[in-house]
Amino acid sequence: MSKLETRDLWFYYNDFEALHGISMRIEERRITALIGPSGCGKSTFLRCFNRMNDTIPGTRIVGEVLLDGRNIYAPDVDVVELRRRVGMVFQRPNPFPQSIYDNVAFGPRVLNLARGSALDDLVEQSLRAAALWNEVKDKLHSSALDLSAGEQQRLCIARVLAVKPEVILMDEPCSALDPAATLRIEDLMRELREDYTIVIVTHNMQQAARVSDYTGFFWLGELVEYDETGKIFTRPAQRLTEDYITGRMG
Amino acid sequence: MSKARALFDRELTDLRDNILHLGNMVEAAIEGAVQALREQDKELAHQVITGDAEINTKRYDIEEQCLRLIATQQPAAGDLRAIVAAIHIVTELERMGDYASGIAELATRLADQPHLKPLIDVPRMAEIDGEMIRASLDAYFKHDPDLALETAKRDAEIDGLYDQVYRELLTYMLSDPQTITRATYLLWVAHKLERIADRVTNICERVIFISTGEFQELNF
Repeated sequence: MSKLETRDLWFYYNDFEALHGISMRIEERRITALIGPSGCGKSTFLRCFNRMNDTIPGTRIVGEVLLDGRNIYAPDVDVVELRRRVGMVFQRPNPFPQSIYDNVAFGPRVLNLARGSALDDLVEQSLRAAALWNEVKDKLHSSALDLSAGEQQRLCIARVLAVKPEVILMDEPCSALDPAATLRIEDLMRELREDYTIVIVTHNMQQAARVSDYTGFFWLGELVEYDETGKIFTRPAQRLTEDYITGRMG
Repeated sequence: MSKARALFDRELTDLRDNILHLGNMVEAAIEGAVQALREQDKELAHQVITGDAEINTKRYDIEEQCLRLIATQQPAAGDLRAIVAAIHIVTELERMGDYASGIAELATRLADQPHLKPLIDVPRMAEIDGEMIRASLDAYFKHDPDLALETAKRDAEIDGLYDQVYRELLTYMLSDPQTITRATYLLWVAHKLERIADRVTNICERVIFISTGEFQELNF
């Protein structure tokens, strides 16, 4: 069974139809990249996986999104629990204006996952998993806002990891980072892939090619092609995919 | 289309022109080598031998152009396949140039003795080789797998002519040991012409790969 699956998923912003019946399976412990020009629906699609679109007024969804085979849009679903299981990292690092420690401890405290020394352990574990521990272990109580952009983004990943998610959604996580910080995040993604299912939206096609196992190409709200990344970037089956990744359009 | 893409397309066209130029150089070398053999023209043979250095240089220039395109454009899909194929194709062409130079060398050795027999099949082989080179490059430029397949099939004609030359020369050698050296040299010439067609077949395989994404071993 796939970790995530959409079945004939349609999405509307008021009258605007942003997704036209997308059916897609996301494999467990793999990195799946979603590529396509701006406005093609890939970020909208990503946000369907943890119901982030629910917060936008005037939106409507038709179809099913399954996590481990269960529809996350069913009426009895606890959205807070869903977002714990399906975490999200955004385009711009968005640490809280608090200490490094408190940023990572925030989720576990709210969800009452740990306290005292167990919380300390969880914070350390999360920072280690986000490849940030060595850089911040001596300044855990200084402000998160003093970190570099790349460090802040890894802190945000640590914050997601602290609540023990199963899936991590990344919406252009490197677009505000320099090349060195970008490569560190990519290294981190490869490590996290051992334990988590990752879905990443990226405008950087080389990044999709480097880091992902599967790539889906979106165009005007349709999933045009979805296949192994190696195939998409060397022998795409669709003319439209070829034209997009070779820069002939978009 | 973006300006960057238009610029990339211009560079790909330039790459194409360079490959075509190299193909013409190789074709001329083969033709020159066989003409030198037929007309016992040592001067022409010498020109072909020294001209091989230019072919080698051109090949490395093109390879460098491909590496630069890969590094600066990060090509994908059809572009990537075409550029990687270009590197293989120029390597094949360069080796064909070496065969032409080898034929010219043999032409020099054969220039001072009377012809063993009228040369008919050997020039015919060279002619077909030339046609095959042109057609294979045409197929590369047009991304035409059918033309590539048709071109590769002509390897059978070359193999047939080679067998014929081989049998004929063997008869000469058996009936008169005096002819062995000359016949052996001629056989080497025919063998090089036969190898050139094999190299063209390799180019055709590349063309099929860039057009269809499938590797196909062509053996006719």
